[in-house]
Amino acid sequence: MADSAIQVNDLRKSFKATQVLKGVDFEVRRGEIFALLGSNGAGKTTTINILSTLLKPDGGSASVCGFNVVRQAEKVRERISLTGQFAAVDGILTGRENLVLIAKLRGVANAHKTADMLLSRFGLRDAANRRADSYSGGMARRLDIAMSLVGTPAVIFLDEPTTGLDPEGRLEVWKTVKELADGGTTILLTTQYLDEAEQLADRIAVLHGGKIIASGTLDELKKLFPPAKVEYVEKQPSLEDIFLAIVGQNAGQNAGQRESK
Amino acid sequence: MKVLHDTGVLLGRSMRHILRSPDTIITVLITPVAIMLLFVYVFGGAIRVGTSNYVNYLLPGILLIAIASGIAYTALRLFTDKQRGLFARFHSMPVARSSVLWAHVATSLVSNGISVVVIILVALLMGFRSSAGVVAWLDVAGILALFTLALTWLAVIAGLSAKSVEGASAFSYPLIFLPFISSAFVPTANMPAVVRAFAENQPVTAIVDTVRSLLNSAPVGNEIWIALAWCVGIIVVAYFFAMRAYRQIA
Ligand SMILES: Nc1ncnc2c1ncn2[C@@H]1O[C@H](COP(=O)(O)OP(=O)(O)O)[C@@H](O)[C@H]1O
Ligand SMILES: [Mg+2]
Repeated sequence: MADSAIQVNDLRKSFKATQVLKGVDFEVRRGEIFALLGSNGAGKTTTINILSTLLKPDGGSASVCGFNVVRQAEKVRERISLTGQFAAVDGILTGRENLVLIAKLRGVANAHKTADMLLSRFGLRDAANRRADSYSGGMARRLDIAMSLVGTPAVIFLDEPTTGLDPEGRLEVWKTVKELADGGTTILLTTQYLDEAEQLADRIAVLHGGKIIASGTLDELKKLFPPAKVEYVEKQPSLEDIFLAIVGQNAGQNAGQRESK
Repeated sequence: MKVLHDTGVLLGRSMRHILRSPDTIITVLITPVAIMLLFVYVFGGAIRVGTSNYVNYLLPGILLIAIASGIAYTALRLFTDKQRGLFARFHSMPVARSSVLWAHVATSLVSNGISVVVIILVALLMGFRSSAGVVAWLDVAGILALFTLALTWLAVIAGLSAKSVEGASAFSYPLIFLPFISSAFVPTANMPAVVRAFAENQPVTAIVDTVRSLLNSAPVGNEIWIALAWCVGIIVVAYFFAMRAYRQIA
């Protein structure tokens, strides 16, 4: 119990006639990256919205940092941050203003200093005083994630953080997520992509048909399937390898500078 | 207090939106001023309203037009926040839910208050004069604030339930048009019977007549109660549906 950050028991939710969650169970430990893997419409966003207190479940229970998401919603909100499926940034404000806004709302002592620190950390310093509407998809996503870090919440929800991003933006977000987890933050992310779960997650749960049909570490999940046959094939570069080779190898490091031109 | 602090921070954010979107300022200020110029200097000579100062007659209606076009942007700002997921972001933070909505309402009151003051200043340059005392001016401010609040709650419903940008602001077109079929530009007495019946029984006429009487230190009579009843009635009904729409968004 003590090292559990999120607990979900028999969670149920329907929208009118459609039963989306039919008794979902999982547990996320403190400090780990947990991936909720599911295809489009599986109920990932619904689950995240319940955990971040935006939506009330019909049945079952869920708690974050030991607080019930329905009865102690205020306590939960003080400990979490939601990065939704689409970057929720204020397009008319600049990157810095977006961060300062969130810092003020969270009652952070030095809002401007916090903003500057996050801008540097996410490679957005050069773009800090430009309106967020002028950012590329990857930059907007980075700002979005930076906004979620204001006030250092214990648990961060990332709903499909890389959907709609180009391969470069995707790698940047992956790097960010790994760094966050290294800092001790608990991360629950959702994804439709196996390779993303494989890359990032300590543990994975597969949401399908309204239930968790499998969960565990990657190795545990692999054991559920027939052992791999060993075959020798010539490895062709994937389209992603080729794309990344052409646009530059060090995408992660100085993407901010290049994109902010 | 946390609620007031958060509302203040979010009010500052929306006011910044207004200052940064020139079209908001143009539509909300220039259009009513242009209508005022047109009616005073082009049509004014041909309009008989029973007073020598047509600007005095016209101003209350112009103020209502400015407010009606101003609240279209209130709806638009709410729609954008819903669309961009900012409501979800704020609601998943330790921020009072009511602050998020009331910041939009406060923005609407402040920004419309500013347009009203600017338009009155322009009217002064065009020859508007008022004999009203402080109390009468406060009454005028109160009635205009109630009218703004009534339209703002309608804007909240429109903004939160709209499916597109156009949908969010389209509801204001009939509101902007209402003053044209009222006593705002010409007295209702000379209108054809059907039009006159409509004009005399819609809220704009009661509000315009009340504000005009207050500004000219004339007795307000029953009109002020009809004006207040319209405003309060719209506020109560619209608030109910606005809160319902607000509960339905994440
Ligand atoms: N507010 C809603 N009203 C009605 N149906 C909804 C609502 N939100 C989601 N759904 C439905 O619930 C199902 C799961 O949606 P969602 O949780 O968004 O899935 P995912 O995020 O995994 O793609 C979908 O079939 C979707 O159409
Ligand atoms: Mg989703």
